Amino acid sequence: MDTKDKKVVIELQDVRREFQVGDEVVKALRGVSFKIYEGEFVTIQGTSGSGKSTLLNQLGCLDTPTSGEYLLDGVPVRTMTKNQRAKLRNRKIGFIFQNYNLLAKTTAVENVELPLMYNNKVKAQERRERAVKALIEVGLGDRLEHKSNQMSGGQMQRVAIARALVNDPTILLADEATGNLDTRTSFEMLVLFQKLHREGHTIIFVTHNPEIAQYSSRNIFLRDGQIKSDTYNDNILDAATALAALPKPVD
Amino acid sequence: MIFLIITIIIAVALYIVARTTLLGMTFRVAVKAIANNKGRSFLSMLGIIIGVAAVIVMMAIGQGSKESVRQNISQMGTNIIMVRPGADMRGGVRQDPSSMQTLKMEDYEAIRDQASYIMYTSPEVSSSGQVIYGANNTNTSVYGESLEYMDIKQWTIEEGTCFTEQDVQSAAKVCLIGQTVAKELFPDGGEIVGKTIRFKSMPVRIVGVLKSKGYNSFGMDQDNLLIMPYTTVMKRLLAQTYFSSINCSALTEEMTDQAIDELTTILRNNHKLKADADDDFTIHSQAEMMETMSSTMDSITLILVVAAAFSLLVAGIGIMNIMLVSVTERTKEIGLRMSVGARGLDISIQFLIESILISVTGGVLGILVGFGLCQIATSLFALPTSIPGWSIILSFAVCTLIGVLFGYIPAKKAANLDPIEAIRYE
Repeated sequence: MDTKDKKVVIELQDVRREFQVGDEVVKALRGVSFKIYEGEFVTIQGTSGSGKSTLLNQLGCLDTPTSGEYLLDGVPVRTMTKNQRAKLRNRKIGFIFQNYNLLAKTTAVENVELPLMYNNKVKAQERRERAVKALIEVGLGDRLEHKSNQMSGGQMQRVAIARALVNDPTILLADEATGNLDTRTSFEMLVLFQKLHREGHTIIFVTHNPEIAQYSSRNIFLRDGQIKSDTYNDNILDAATALAALPKPVD
Repeated sequence: MIFLIITIIIAVALYIVARTTLLGMTFRVAVKAIANNKGRSFLSMLGIIIGVAAVIVMMAIGQGSKESVRQNISQMGTNIIMVRPGADMRGGVRQDPSSMQTLKMEDYEAIRDQASYIMYTSPEVSSSGQVIYGANNTNTSVYGESLEYMDIKQWTIEEGTCFTEQDVQSAAKVCLIGQTVAKELFPDGGEIVGKTIRFKSMPVRIVGVLKSKGYNSFGMDQDNLLIMPYTTVMKRLLAQTYFSSINCSALTEEMTDQAIDELTTILRNNHKLKADADDDFTIHSQAEMMETMSSTMDSITLILVVAAAFSLLVAGIGIMNIMLVSVTERTKEIGLRMSVGARGLDISIQFLIESILISVTGGVLGILVGFGLCQIATSLFALPTSIPGWSIILSFAVCTLIGVLFGYIPAKKAANLDPIEAIRYE
């Protein structure tokens, strides 16, 4: 893949992360380096304990490396204060979680508005407009005022994706985003992710499900806190085709 | 009408703020969080409600009693000034004031003629003993006074008339009789005025019956007395030339201090005291006594309020407890908010607003309950209550303070959560 003209959005330079557990030092990341370019759809795979979650926390600016450097959109994260990282998360990262993490008894629009609440440059009217736009983009234009407990798992995850998109982030970070969904709904999500990818969004999808890797443009495989393999996918499958091929749901 | 308009404007402004700003949004989140746990929120509010109601009721009873005591005292006349002989030192020994003979006729005349801040003056000589009518007798006090005494002590005459200036001049054997004495001597009722009774073997004719004043706030029966012209008591009963005291009334209560200064000057001149000599008399005013009484009532109120305030402290701890539970319950939500960019400060403000909201709502309800209890106390138990306006403002302030103080630790805990752990908290 030609990366010459592409902008680097994420750069990890020998990132290490160690935890003190009792007397023992657990090395969760043992020198991870890679660059992710704008517009890539990257899956990060690995078994339990491979350092996936730790890496995700690093990428999401929830945590800082013990050593090494992480540049998000050219900004070094390691030396940032808590509040600076909060701001960075607010402006540059869209999180999508396995269990959706919507606010209970709150409407779809209000859930999507949430990140913009913590951005004082966005006024109320613009906030709502952008939230509605994001919801339309994920196909929930007719569910704006539905509360989170009145929606299905797939719909809730769409709200969560809309919430991740609403601040127009540099990267979308998905953590097992299809983990709680049935096969059909999972493929529907993949269709949505592929659509977002085509529209130019940079997506990092952390999963332990190897199947998903076939639908992304690049696969990073972690083992024991190190990169085991980092390959480009020349044969990206179309999720929409796969979805159509699924047996019709039985009523 | 103006209030209504202002209320509407404030309500609209609050609504806009609530819909548009982060603070407003946070406020709505707090309201929602409380509404989602109605039972629990109410129980933690209950402590505040009881506490505030208790404080309000205690203050109201304290204030009410104080006002009723003040009223009692002012019935006796708030502008009364009493001059007594006193503080005489002889060879380093302080003398018993009642045996001193420093207040003389000249003093009375000087005060009566010279003092400009004094409205009424009456010299006083008193005695006590048995008073007899027929087969009935009773022990009572006799006060020898001038006519102006009636105005100073605000006595009114129910039957008959007062003795006259003529009676004072001639030291006539006449008296006014208090209701208690009248009841004792004339248990069968009937015409009292004109009857002649005997006091210490001196026959005196009753010219008037005093209207009852009842007991004063010290528990003294104010109607157990006879009032005679001071000349009668001095010359015919006691054969003395000095007064036991001189009662005056200042022009107004506010002029009491000037009146006291003036009296002091007059008496010092009369007694020819040197500049460095102590006064050989003492002057007290009713206003002074009222102050003493008020401050006593204030201390009692303070004790009651402090006791009630402890329940507020306990209520605050209750709120803190419930907020800590709430933080734990909503760990995941906190993690989410942090992951989308909320700072620790944003989170702590959210929880602070929630605890303030609980305590202030409790406070408002407490004030209402307090009002209700005061009504009940007044109508059922005839307790005098008066809710001071500032106590309501104080309640608000205290509730807000409780919300901040006891919300602080839970809010801090929430703000310090690690977003990584919080978001994965189950």
